[in-house]
Amino acid sequence: MGALSLSNVCKSFGTVDVIQGVDLEVADGEFCVFVGPSGCGKSTLLRMIAGLEDVTSGEVRIDGARVNLTPPSKREIAMVFQSYALYPHLTVRDNMGLALKQAGTAKAEVAGAVQRASAMLSLDALLERRPAELSGGQRQRVAIGRAIVRRPKLFLFDEPLSNLDAALRVQTRIEIARLHRELSATMIYVTHDQVEAMTLADRIVVLNAGKVAQIGAPMELYNDPANTFVAGFIGSPQMNFLRAADLGEPGETLGIRPEHLTISRESGRIAGSVSHVERLGGETNVYVTTDAHGLLTVRLFGEHSFAFAETVHLTPEPGRSFLFDRAGARIRR
Amino acid sequence: MANRARTSLPRTLAAHAILLAYTAIALFPVFVIVINAMKSRRAIFAHPLQLPGPKSFDLIGFQTVLSQGNFPLYFWNSLIVTVVSLAFILLFGAMAAFALSEYRFKGNLLMGLYLALGIMIPIRLGTVAILQLMVATGLVNTLFALILVYTAQGIPLAVFILSEFMKTVSADLKNAGRIDGLSEYRIFFRLVVPLVRPAMATVAVFSMIPIWNDLWFPLILAPAERVKTVTLGAQVFLGQFVTDWNAVLASLSLAIVPVLVLYLVFSRQLIRGITSGAVK
Ligand SMILES: Nc1ncnc2c1ncn2[C@@H]1O[C@H](COP(=O)(O)OP(=O)(O)OP(=O)(O)O)[C@@H](O)[C@H]1O
Ligand SMILES: [Mg+2]
Repeated sequence: MGALSLSNVCKSFGTVDVIQGVDLEVADGEFCVFVGPSGCGKSTLLRMIAGLEDVTSGEVRIDGARVNLTPPSKREIAMVFQSYALYPHLTVRDNMGLALKQAGTAKAEVAGAVQRASAMLSLDALLERRPAELSGGQRQRVAIGRAIVRRPKLFLFDEPLSNLDAALRVQTRIEIARLHRELSATMIYVTHDQVEAMTLADRIVVLNAGKVAQIGAPMELYNDPANTFVAGFIGSPQMNFLRAADLGEPGETLGIRPEHLTISRESGRIAGSVSHVERLGGETNVYVTTDAHGLLTVRLFGEHSFAFAETVHLTPEPGRSFLFDRAGARIRR
Repeated sequence: MANRARTSLPRTLAAHAILLAYTAIALFPVFVIVINAMKSRRAIFAHPLQLPGPKSFDLIGFQTVLSQGNFPLYFWNSLIVTVVSLAFILLFGAMAAFALSEYRFKGNLLMGLYLALGIMIPIRLGTVAILQLMVATGLVNTLFALILVYTAQGIPLAVFILSEFMKTVSADLKNAGRIDGLSEYRIFFRLVVPLVRPAMATVAVFSMIPIWNDLWFPLILAPAERVKTVTLGAQVFLGQFVTDWNAVLASLSLAIVPVLVLYLVFSRQLIRGITSGAVK
């Protein structure tokens, strides 16, 4: 098991600065998730931790030791890829055992490690098959198994679930959470699915254009976002951003989550007309066009019906809103 | 794999007619060579397109070829030169292609362009320099001289085709290998090469024929009896005043066989590669 520490890590491809000074401490046994929009540098950062990409400047430490120049296989890490990346010419058993075999581990020991991992993921029936003879879900389980066999200090996952269908994704997510508990291993997990991030993470790192926007526990990010980017990125449907001046508040923007806007047919602070209603059974999302603030979303629990173009009035719940300045940074009260 | 919903009878017929016509045109010269190789000299000139019959059937050409000159040796020489050159082209071409497609280094693009230049400039332009080089190194009249020249001739196209294919091999797979501690050589030979096998077969087929058929370099670099190739050996029957057509045709017919065998070997790889990619 091991802790990870990044200090002022930067990466440039030619003249493009993809990662711009990331500082991060991940404690031993922690489950840390990187989220951010596509192209913000999540995979690049993960690949630098793995040693697949050189660090332009800054320092990567695993378990206290500087590993900037250590090759990937010597960093005692294991990585699970989005595309599974199983060796097509090897059976599941050999796929899982290869890393140990390469490291010169005794045959019996490799067999034992493969056996334990396959029992953990119920892969026993598949051990003699080749990757081409497995379904997508089975391949991803084998890829996870291959990572477990090595007993790495650090598990790295790069969007491991995004090629799976919704049901399998939920199932594998639960499986990964269980593995994290059982192995009490340090895991770094990249995703752009915020449900995965919120449900799995001890701590989330939100990245925006190569910089850390905020680091914190899932509920910390949800209840106490540091800037408009994090506020808008975490939570679904997205937070509403209103013009603070129109509501008599200081700052530039007032953010309020859809569930903290009350809707009324009679009276309220912001008038608008219903432009679309999504009824999901457990909840109802109402999209309201307003003159002053553009399109706003209201999330109601249970079933509700509103007619198209109906006039409604919205009121932010007191004490539930966040204020941000012109640059997007939070103004704390 | 007929898909009834997407094909119609007239279309299938037309497609087959075109393919058959093309096959006939392509095979016609080969067919004429093979049938005439088995005819007497008179029959060759009287009825060049007739199949060998009881009267015209004659294996004199083959007898001449096998008795005169040293044809088994010529065949052996040609085979050695072709197979070893192909092996070098595929090995070094694939390695260069891997380096160019996989690693970011200064001069990567320039190196690629430099290699691509070789496709456009025929190697024969450098014949004089090559000959001087071979004389200086004492390689004249060795098979190794031919192998070196053919390897140089084949590598540009091989690099060009293979580097395109190698770019399509999943980066994750190579990275998984690196994390598991495979050396770059193991990654290349065990992970990448098997996945670009169809492309390598294509390169092999394209490179093989010009090498086997070449007359120019054997004539200039290795004309000695000991190291003659088949194409050069067959020239003994083409005289300035008399040409032994029976022997020429027979030697050409025989020369087809080894290439055919090599082609069958590679084309199986080709087809296997194509279908395995398609079904996945
Ligand atoms: N080898 C490379 N050369 C040049 N630019 C690159 C290279 N690899 C990545 N980039 C750039 O770096 C940026 C970050 O890429 P990265 O793959 O880390 O994004 P990501 O956050 O993982 O996105 P996604 O969610 O789409 O996977 C992108 O703008 C990308 O174009
Ligand atoms: Mg990515």
